[in-house]
Amino acid sequence: MHFTVNGQPVDVECDLRTSLLDLLRDHLHLSGTKKGCNQGACGACTVLAEGERINSCLALAVQYEGREITTIEGLGTATALHPLQRAFVEHDGLQCGYCTPGQICSAIGMLREFDRGVPSHVTSILTDEQFALTHDELRERMSGNLCRCGAYNGIVDAITEFHEEAQ
Amino acid sequence: MTPFTYARAASVPDAVQRAGVTGVKYLGGGTNLVDLMRERVERPSALIDVSRLNAAIVERDDGSLMIDAATRNTAIAEHRAVRERYPVLSRAILAGASAQIRNMATLGGNLLQRTRCTYFFDDEGSRCNKRTPGQGCDAVGGFNRNHAILGASPSCVATHPSDMAVALAALDAVVHLNGAGGERTVSINDLHRLPGDRPDIETELAPGELITGVELPARQLYVRSTYRKVRDRSSYAFALVSVAAALEVQDGVVADVRIALGGVAHKPWRAWKAEQTLRGGPATEDAFRAAAQVELADARPLAHNAFKIELAMRTIVAVLNELNGDSA
Repeated sequence: MHFTVNGQPVDVECDLRTSLLDLLRDHLHLSGTKKGCNQGACGACTVLAEGERINSCLALAVQYEGREITTIEGLGTATALHPLQRAFVEHDGLQCGYCTPGQICSAIGMLREFDRGVPSHVTSILTDEQFALTHDELRERMSGNLCRCGAYNGIVDAITEFHEEAQ
Repeated sequence: MTPFTYARAASVPDAVQRAGVTGVKYLGGGTNLVDLMRERVERPSALIDVSRLNAAIVERDDGSLMIDAATRNTAIAEHRAVRERYPVLSRAILAGASAQIRNMATLGGNLLQRTRCTYFFDDEGSRCNKRTPGQGCDAVGGFNRNHAILGASPSCVATHPSDMAVALAALDAVVHLNGAGGERTVSINDLHRLPGDRPDIETELAPGELITGVELPARQLYVRSTYRKVRDRSSYAFALVSVAAALEVQDGVVADVRIALGGVAHKPWRAWKAEQTLRGGPATEDAFRAAAQVELADARPLAHNAFKIELAMRTIVAVLNELNGDSA
């Protein structure tokens, strides 16, 4: 199977039963993406496929053959943090850190959705083309990512600051 | 997971030609099927991946909308024509699952996700007629707070989990199919079955038949439509009760109405009786309440879910009041 992962072409031989998550972690040794519930409930495994956030645990790797996958390793490194990673550190958007790679990938995908005008469950006027990224909008849009440490306030602050600075 | 073979369908005819054999399953976004395969509840011998087939939303000259089966849930919810003319559908999709799952899940796959409850997943610990026909149902006498109150049977009390399908039921959507017998269409309200004594058979699809798209009829009625979902937490949870509705009021009289319920039955529950009660009558809260009571008169609660009857009635009234207020 051929993929583009974090900009690099990769060819892997693996069992058809391999999830995209296990392909990344066990075959490509990109252990930044985390396995939490392994059933689509926690969001720790969130990666970007063609720029869209997905749960890599619910995806068979073979379904994403030929696709471009971005993981946390493709966004920033320990010596060159992504601006959103830096904002998470500054705002205490993590405690144990296990959900953080998923939170960051999800937030990047979420902001792309927001910028192209995708409404959410809490959007009051569906036909509006632009919305404000309010506290409620942000929390609803990030509801697929759980944080057992409860660092939500810091996560919201970090994403809000990153979004404001990016604008 | 048990081993399987995999083929990516090049076209609808290619997919249909590969299917129709026992053990072969179509694969959409995989968000339900892959999960069930991992739990060994689903054990397909072959997967035909239809997730890369057409995914367009076409506005037709007659005002109807044709949505290809591989269209992702997010793409439907954000589509301009859906938001303007079928707001109930956008609202329902956005109330379902998480953004990650909505980015993966296809229209066809959402409709064909399994009607399920927690006992269905518990392969090693519980009896389930859906998993093993004739085995018995541990939900009927077990923890059944989330289970069905309408149309259930002693064999199965699970509910259909889709929010999107409840909106489609209210919108009289037409499901386009292709199979060994050729092309045909079926109303969304005839697609899913009630459990009866065969809860393992959930739809009227013939073996190997593929959903190729869903057609939304053009009706002014649908412009004033919405969806309300009641759940245990404010996001990312299945419905205890949900209501999709459209309402047209002229001079204080209900000219036309559509109501469908989620979280209460083995399939999206079209509230035909409530609609019939309302049509031509006054658009008042008392009338909404009376119509809801007519619909819920058939409800049969289990030990832990009797609250759903009153909850469904109140939610119907609240949604119709909201839509009625919009028309004032």
